[in-house]
Amino acid sequence: MARDSTSFSAAVLPSASAGRRRLTGPLLALAAVLVSSVLAGIALGPTVVPVEDVVRYLVAALTGGGIGAEEVTGYSIVWEVRTPRVLLAAVVGAGLSVVGVAVQALVRNALADPFVLGISSGASVGATAVVVFGVFAGLGVYALSVAAFLGALGATVLVYLAARGSLGLTPLRLVLTGVALAYGFQALMSVLVFLSPNGQAARTVLFWLLGSLGSATWQSLPVVTAGVLVTVVVLLRHGRSLDVLSMGDESAAGMGVDAAVVRRGLFLLTALATGLIVAVSGAIAFVGLVLPHMVRIVVGSGHRRVLAVAPLAGAVFMVWVDLLARTLVAPEELPLGALTALVGVPVFIMLIRRRGYLFGGR
Amino acid sequence: MILSLRELTVERAGRALIDRLDLNVEAGQVVGVVGPNGSGKSTALRCVYRALRPSSGAVLLDGTDLTSLRLRESARSIAALAQDGQIDLDFTVEEVVGLGRAPHVRGNRALDARERELCRRAMARMDVTHLADRSVLTLSGGERQRVLVARALVQEPRVLVLDEPTNHLDVRHQVELLTFLRESGLTVLAALHDLNLAAAACDRIAVLKAGTLVATGAPAEVLTPELIRKVFGIEVTIVAHPRTGALQLLYDLDGGTRS
Repeated sequence: MARDSTSFSAAVLPSASAGRRRLTGPLLALAAVLVSSVLAGIALGPTVVPVEDVVRYLVAALTGGGIGAEEVTGYSIVWEVRTPRVLLAAVVGAGLSVVGVAVQALVRNALADPFVLGISSGASVGATAVVVFGVFAGLGVYALSVAAFLGALGATVLVYLAARGSLGLTPLRLVLTGVALAYGFQALMSVLVFLSPNGQAARTVLFWLLGSLGSATWQSLPVVTAGVLVTVVVLLRHGRSLDVLSMGDESAAGMGVDAAVVRRGLFLLTALATGLIVAVSGAIAFVGLVLPHMVRIVVGSGHRRVLAVAPLAGAVFMVWVDLLARTLVAPEELPLGALTALVGVPVFIMLIRRRGYLFGGR
Repeated sequence: MILSLRELTVERAGRALIDRLDLNVEAGQVVGVVGPNGSGKSTALRCVYRALRPSSGAVLLDGTDLTSLRLRESARSIAALAQDGQIDLDFTVEEVVGLGRAPHVRGNRALDARERELCRRAMARMDVTHLADRSVLTLSGGERQRVLVARALVQEPRVLVLDEPTNHLDVRHQVELLTFLRESGLTVLAALHDLNLAAAACDRIAVLKAGTLVATGAPAEVLTPELIRKVFGIEVTIVAHPRTGALQLLYDLDGGTRS
């Protein structure tokens, strides 16, 4: 092949398509949008704090500078309530988006999301146990998060053991096992709620199931942030392997990628990340399913591009949805999971109609 | 000798899919594997491109057992066109072809100028240049097949393993592909269904039946009416191509198993 250069003519070759341009510019722009979204998220709310005050308070908090005595209320709203919440929204949005990308590659299914493997349902059982029985009461405010994470871990182990076969983790088996176990966990949770003596438990569980960032504090940030960062970095480093994996397991072997090994690693990584995210925010639906598709529609399917854009896009999306959730019917809060879908569905339908988008063909 | 199958055996659920297969492929040779459905052609090929681990026996590349190499290492020498041509995602043809560099490049490094040139030539060679920006999910079966061969070429292998490469291809592209394989200088191991094309394109042919090697040798030695009857259960008349003298198998629709 290399000997034959006559058949090659530069003139007839198209340049890289418009949809595959360099991403540096758009990424910087998206990062700028994220920073302004975070500032807007902190400034807006039932009490609007002017952006210049927000910046001043943030600088004061970070550098240990002083503020006036009459500003203490504003400062505490900005620094203690809204900043951790908005940052958590960004982290959770980023995390759910990249985990969604990874799970869709893992199980080779366009309908997969971070929750398809039953991990969030396991977390829900843990959280319900806290609400209904008061387990881990000694952990105080962290009881819910810790129990949810332990539930997620338990579910991960169960799904892994049940789905493992002689050929390793095959995509269809993973999905089927995950979905089946999710039903089991949900049934368990329903029984727990049904048996619980007070109605408040059901309400709390429902709200947690729909997702909420209402319990965000500075303490809830570090672990999940680290988890999401590690996930993004690891996935980005393996972008090309993920591309190869979507060519089919046999083809992947011919290209030097062991699908079984990649799939096992992906499963563990995404399970842990999902557990950490669900533990702080509940099961926020839709983001992990649809954000990956939105990003692919805009930048193409190459995983290096998708994984670079998805966390930023997911973070921006979640910051705005959370802002809506806490302002639309203030002082009440709308469940996040409901809003993500209400805001996201029209955008998604619009995108999917505007561009010919195919996943798995036909 | 570059590639060598030694007593290669694959068992699944107690049944041998291929049983102690011995086959040598010399450098630069085009070797065709033929046989009825389920005779073990794909299984043998899968062991060569390492989608399958042999139960016993080995595949040697230059005398080295493939299982002692990392998957990435052997993929730099052996590229494959597998049967699972299904692609999940909306990649462009250009992106798919570029993935052939996966075993050569580290992590996410972008392809360099030489590698991009390599992709362009492979696409031109397989006549898919005009499809470069198309989504692979919109291609016809034959177009996709040619894209996947281009991707395998971009891998710069010494050995090309092709599982039914002419599947879905129109006549012109079948002939062009096999002509190219003959002239490429690559060592090729290909499972083929079309015995006439196999006879025209291959230096040697290996005939499989029920997982065992029945015959191997030059097309004229191997493809005899007796062997075809024994392996495929049909009657054929063999004539020489009036112009090239190559072997031609003529099938007789009434004279086969129905007679």
